[in-house]
Amino acid sequence: MPIGSVPPKYKVTIDKDLCMLCERCIENCPYGTFRREGNKIQIFSRACTGCHRCIAMCPRDAISLQEKPIDYRSHPVWSREAREAIYNQAQTGKIVLTGMGNALNVPQIFDRLLLDACQVTNPSIDPLREPMELRTYIGKKPRKLTIDKTPEGDIDLVTKLAPNLKCETPIMIAHMSYGAISLNAQLSLARGAAEEKTFMGTGEGGLHESLYPYQDNMIVQIASGRFGVDIDYLERGAAIEIKIGQGAKPGIGGHLPGEKVDESVSKTRMIPPFSDAISPAPHHDIYSIEDLSQLVRSLKEATEWKKPVFVKIAAVHNVAAIAAGIARSSADAVVIDGFRGGTGTAPRVFRDHVGIPIEAAIAAVDAKLNEQGIRNEVSVIASGGIRDSADVTKAIALGADSVYIGTAALVSLGCRVCGNCYRGLCPWGIATQREDLTARIDPDIMYKNVSNLIHGWTLEISELMGAAGINSIESLRGNRDRLRGYMLDENILSVLDVKTVGADV
Amino acid sequence: MMKKTLTIDAKGMHYTPLNKEIRAAIKDGVTEIILENINGQRFIGNGLRGKDLTIIINGVPGGDLCMFMSGPTCIVHANAEHAPGNTMDRGKIYIHGTAGDAVAHSMRGGEVYVRDSIGYRGGIHMKEYKDKCPVLVVGEYARAFLGEYMAGGILIVLGRGKDQPPVDERGVGTGIHGGELYIRGEVPDHLLGIGAEKKPFTEDDREKIRPYIEKYCREFGVDEPELFSDEYVHIGPSSARPFAGKYCWE
Ligand code: SF4
Ligand code: SF4
Repeated sequence: MPIGSVPPKYKVTIDKDLCMLCERCIENCPYGTFRREGNKIQIFSRACTGCHRCIAMCPRDAISLQEKPIDYRSHPVWSREAREAIYNQAQTGKIVLTGMGNALNVPQIFDRLLLDACQVTNPSIDPLREPMELRTYIGKKPRKLTIDKTPEGDIDLVTKLAPNLKCETPIMIAHMSYGAISLNAQLSLARGAAEEKTFMGTGEGGLHESLYPYQDNMIVQIASGRFGVDIDYLERGAAIEIKIGQGAKPGIGGHLPGEKVDESVSKTRMIPPFSDAISPAPHHDIYSIEDLSQLVRSLKEATEWKKPVFVKIAAVHNVAAIAAGIARSSADAVVIDGFRGGTGTAPRVFRDHVGIPIEAAIAAVDAKLNEQGIRNEVSVIASGGIRDSADVTKAIALGADSVYIGTAALVSLGCRVCGNCYRGLCPWGIATQREDLTARIDPDIMYKNVSNLIHGWTLEISELMGAAGINSIESLRGNRDRLRGYMLDENILSVLDVKTVGADV
Repeated sequence: MMKKTLTIDAKGMHYTPLNKEIRAAIKDGVTEIILENINGQRFIGNGLRGKDLTIIINGVPGGDLCMFMSGPTCIVHANAEHAPGNTMDRGKIYIHGTAGDAVAHSMRGGEVYVRDSIGYRGGIHMKEYKDKCPVLVVGEYARAFLGEYMAGGILIVLGRGKDQPPVDERGVGTGIHGGELYIRGEVPDHLLGIGAEKKPFTEDDREKIRPYIEKYCREFGVDEPELFSDEYVHIGPSSARPFAGKYCWE
């Protein structure tokens, strides 16, 4: 039944006194919001996605954008989103897909955790004049070391160490596949990560040959579709990550629509061009924790035990028990992805309602692994909604070894979190394969944005640590005493194992 | 190329040292490796390359046999366990017996021949790419969820089981969006999963599967002309995009 259109999401206006009719807005908008009519730019606001590309490119600051120009009757229960999803489904009868992470206004636990600083009694450290140790090793750590004294008086290490990734910062770039994002975006991220001596994930899309120069800084992913996975791919990666689940859509598979599978994407994923790339919800060779352990060991056998193997799960209710199972499976790291994690496409109900916040998941996993005496068996990598260096610092204080950033890294390339990635027309050249759009990212220039971001955050983390009198990331890890909860209830404080503000030391 | 054979007695051996020995032998120029007294060692042949290598296994290998393998031939003179040929890229596996669940899981290329029956989820998510077209041939019968999510390749069930239909459990080809199944014998419609449909079995199809049936017969010493002349049920995708109709955009 026709119920007419919903109000436009945005209203775009141009100040005619400022506009010089250069038409850059027309060129930059792939959605057709602007067109020239005589001496005027005509605007079709309904086409606008709020990506800000025109605003960023207008030489005269002539464009204004207003979000939600037409209000619904305000109502505390019936939000605009709830009403609009119903109008949509009343007409289609289908599952509503959305882009980017959780869009509900859920409380951010990170914002209610406060960090500590030294005053008088224990002096703070100035990172300028004292060494700060931010180097992070991802992988298994031995429970104890056995050493031997040689007759010459030297010391030999007898314990065989498992391979670890050596990162100069606790920040890595999350898995975003070629196909979901453009090759130019991937190249910028990879080079930026390599520049900062850290790592980035390939996502489940194979490894394009132009990324081979950065392969020592890439973590190759193996997910349920096994796209692009062969022995060469596994051997190229610095580490291998098995993706079981994703915070933005726990429990369901992935699905790259055929129209995004052009020749080059097809070659990298090793599937025919324009065919749908369907990743089933589970790995169909993993139906139990024993099967998972079999895949972990199988990957290790195939690569001669030279590569650390990570397992990524979405943060769900029993995340701690699952992480403990993973820790006992020969895996080297467990990646937990919280429910605020981003994605190119996810069903709205999953994105907003399935999973738990990363803060609680980190604390629960760290506590469980410690309780079972196996915290050394795996590194914990946290992801899902990490926005700045304070979030990173808090995640580590809650018990993570390191973090993955996804959306934040894309924002460093210009992404405006407009949430229209699924349309394949990203005006910033990120979530698109259209050549004129991907050409908007020059990896030789844009990699610097990525490395600047990681560099800046890393500097901030060392300042925050120094202020707290901590000179090594190891002393920050799981150091919940350096956190205080602000306006958090007692239950969540007990899960986080954090005291309230004002509590005695 | 000169044939060079090495026999390894795997009695009581863990899989890691065993695979190490195999790799060392390949480096040494060995072209045929005979493994004696195999008893459940997993991951044999994982990630091995090179098409001039043959591994002969006497005994029952454990799970993920020849996973990620790219080239060699592996002959098992016994039953095999869970997921032989998992995510395999190239090469051949012949199993003189039965095999467990998820045989040829996600295989992209190469051929897997199982003389007798296989377990659940056979050929699940097989896919093809360019000149790579994976083939799974099962001699007797397969359990439920055969060829689910197939994105390419050829899956043949010869239905040689005595008093046993080639498949009599549900979920055949659920979510299939590429490739084909050929099943000799009856496959009632209600066993087909969503997205799968029966197609005509043409002379072209018969020609297409003939070389694989020939290889099966040659390897396992089977002489049954009806395997070539009988009708097969041909099952393929009803659409290349089984999930396209499920979603709308925000
Ligand atoms: S980009 Fe700005 S100045 Fe140029 S035509 Fe558009 S609104 Fe006018
Ligand atoms: S990647 Fe592009 S389409 Fe996606 S949210 Fe960012 S700007 Fe929008």
